[in-house]
Amino acid sequence: MVRLNLILLVVLAACALGLVTSQHQARRFFGELEQEQERSRQLGVEYGQLQLEASTWAVHARVERIASRQLHMRVPEAKHLQIARPEEAAK
Amino acid sequence: MNFAASPVLELTLPVWRSRFLLYVFVAGFGLLLGRAVYLQGLNNDFLQAKGESRYSRVMEVPANRGRILDRNGEALAISTPVKSIWAIPGETHPGKRQLARLAALLDMPQGEIEKRLADTGRDFVFIKRQISPEVAERVAALHIPGLFQNREYRRYYPSGDVMAHVLGFTGADDIGQEGVELAYQERLAGKPGSRRVIKDRLGQTVEDVESIKAAQDGNDLTLALDARIQNLAFSQLKAAVAQNRAKAGAVVVLDVDTGELLALANFPTYNPNNRSKLAGAQLRNRAVTDTFEPGSTLKPFTIALALEAGRVKPESVIQIAPGTLSISGATIRDAHVERSLTVAQVIQKSSNVGAAKIALGLPAEAMWEMFRDVGFGATPGLGFPGEAAGKVRPYRSWRPIEQATMSYGHGISVSLVQLARAYSVFARDGELIPLSLSRMDAPPVGRRVMAPKTAAAVRAMLEMVVNRDGTAPRAQIMGYRVAGKTGTAHKQENGGYAPDKYVSSFVGFAPASHPRLVVAVMIDEPSAGRYYGGIVAAPVFAQIMAGALRALDVVPDGPMRPIELPPEGQEVKESV
Repeated sequence: MVRLNLILLVVLAACALGLVTSQHQARRFFGELEQEQERSRQLGVEYGQLQLEASTWAVHARVERIASRQLHMRVPEAKHLQIARPEEAAK
Repeated sequence: MNFAASPVLELTLPVWRSRFLLYVFVAGFGLLLGRAVYLQGLNNDFLQAKGESRYSRVMEVPANRGRILDRNGEALAISTPVKSIWAIPGETHPGKRQLARLAALLDMPQGEIEKRLADTGRDFVFIKRQISPEVAERVAALHIPGLFQNREYRRYYPSGDVMAHVLGFTGADDIGQEGVELAYQERLAGKPGSRRVIKDRLGQTVEDVESIKAAQDGNDLTLALDARIQNLAFSQLKAAVAQNRAKAGAVVVLDVDTGELLALANFPTYNPNNRSKLAGAQLRNRAVTDTFEPGSTLKPFTIALALEAGRVKPESVIQIAPGTLSISGATIRDAHVERSLTVAQVIQKSSNVGAAKIALGLPAEAMWEMFRDVGFGATPGLGFPGEAAGKVRPYRSWRPIEQATMSYGHGISVSLVQLARAYSVFARDGELIPLSLSRMDAPPVGRRVMAPKTAAAVRAMLEMVVNRDGTAPRAQIMGYRVAGKTGTAHKQENGGYAPDKYVSSFVGFAPASHPRLVVAVMIDEPSAGRYYGGIVAAPVFAQIMAGALRALDVVPDGPMRPIELPPEGQEVKESV
C-alpha cells in the first residue's frame, strides 16, 4: 500500500513538472509566433511602401521624360514604318 | 506535578458554554461558506472582471484599406501606416528645449503647439496627424510626458495629378471623399478587428484567449482605367489647354467592345497627395459633372433619325442657298455657304441650315426619343459621385425654332461622358451599352437603339468629316481610318450666348472599319484666337487616339502614308 502510494506520488510529481514545462514551452512558442506575425505585418507594410516607390519611379511622365531627353528616343517617322500583318506573315 | 494532576482539569464548567462556542463557530463557517458560494458561484461577474483586468487586454487588430489598381495591375492608390501625435493638454508640460525640438520635428510654429496645449479643458487634442514613422520615432525619443502616438493610415497616389479626378481621395480617417474612393468606399474600406490576449507583468503577450472580431482588409479594386492611355490623354489635354489658353478641358476614352472607361482626364487638376491649396475649379470632374451645349457633335443623331425614318438617304440633296434659314423671326446661318449639299455633306461640312431643314421634317417626339435612347437626359451610370444627367426638355414644349437648333446641338445640354457613350452607338452598329469604371471580364449586353444599317451609314459620313474636304482633317491618324465629328458652340452666359466664348469639341472613334475606341475631347473657352473644334480639339483627339491604338496593339486598317492637310486658312469652317 505504501509502495503504491509512493509510486503514485512520483508519477504525480512527474506529471506536474511536465505540465509546467509544456506550459512554459507553449508560452515561448506563442511569443515566437507573435514575433513572426509582427514581422509579417512589418513586411506587409514594407511591401506596400516598396510598391509605392516602384509606382513613383515608374510614373509615365518620368519614363517619357527620360526616354526623350536622356535616351533621345522618339516615335519613328511614317517612312520608316513597316506594318507586319498577321495574315501576311502566315503566307 | 504532572499534567494529569492539574487542578484546572478538575474544574467543571457548565455544558452550554462549550455548546455555545461550537454553534458560534459552525455559524461562522456557514457564513463564510455562504459568502464564498455567493461570490464564486452566484454573483461572480464583478470579481471575475476585476481579475481579468489584471492580465487580460483587448487589442485592436488594424486592417488595411484596399489598393486601387489599373487594368494591368499597376498600383494607383496605396495606404501605408503613419502616426498621429496627440496629447492630454493638462498633463503635457514640455520644457522649453523639448518644445523647440518638437516644433522643429513636426514642422509647426512653436506658438501653434503651445496654443493647442493651453486648452486644458480637453482630455484629447491632436498635435499633428499623418506624420511619417521615422519622424514619429524621433518625437517619441523626446520622452515628453502626456504626449502619445496613434497608428493611422495615409493614402498615397503615385500618379499624382494625372488621375486625380478618377481616383478622388480619402480624408484624414482614410474614408473616401471624392471619385472612386468615395464611390467604392464600402468595398475598399477595411474593418479593424479586435482580440483578447493575456499579458504578463512586462506587458508581453503570452496567450491568445479569443478573437473577438477578425480584422478584414479592404478589397483591392481593379479599375477599367489603362494608366498608359490615361497618361497620354492627360498630357495631351494639358498641352492643348495651355496652347489654346483655354479655361479648362476634358477627355474621355471608352472601350467600344466593353463600355469600359479607359481614361478620363480633366484640366485644371490637383495633386491628391498635397491638397493644402485646393480650389473648387481644380476639384471638378468636368467630364462627368459638368454639362455643356454640345453644338454640331449632335448632328449625326438627327441625321441618323432621318435615315431611320426613311425621310432621307445619304445621297439626298438638301437646298442650302442662300445659307440662311429663318424660322419665326430667328435666323440660322452657315459659316461656309454652299448652294446645295447631300445629307452626307451636311455632316462633313457641318451645315446648320442643312441639319435644321432635315430636323424640321421630323416629328418632335421622335427626336426627343432618339436623344433619350442614346442616353441624353439621364445619368450615364458610371457610378461617380455627382454625375450630371444633362437637360433634354420634354418635346411637348418645343417650338419649331428650338427643334431646329436642337438638331445641331443647341438648347440641349450633355456631359462629355454622355457624348462619348452616345457615339459608341454608331461604333457598335446601333447598340447602346452600359459604362463601367471597373474592369469587366465579359462584355455587357447592349440595347439596340438604331438599325445596324443606319449606324453604318452614319459611320461612313463621319469618316468623311476627317478627310481634306471635311471640318476636321487634323483628326486623321496615319495608318488608321478615323470617324468623328467636330463641335463648336457659343457658351451660354446670363441667359444668352456669349459672342466670344466657345466650347470646342471633337468626338470620334477608330479604326473605322472595326471601331475599338471612342475618344471625346472638350476644350472650354479657347482664347488664343482659334476656336473651331476641327482646329482646337481634333488634333488632341488624333494624338490620343494614335497613342492609345498603338498601346493596345490595334491592327492598322488604313494606308501608311503621311497625313494630307489642306493649305493653311483653307480649311472648311464649321457653322457655329
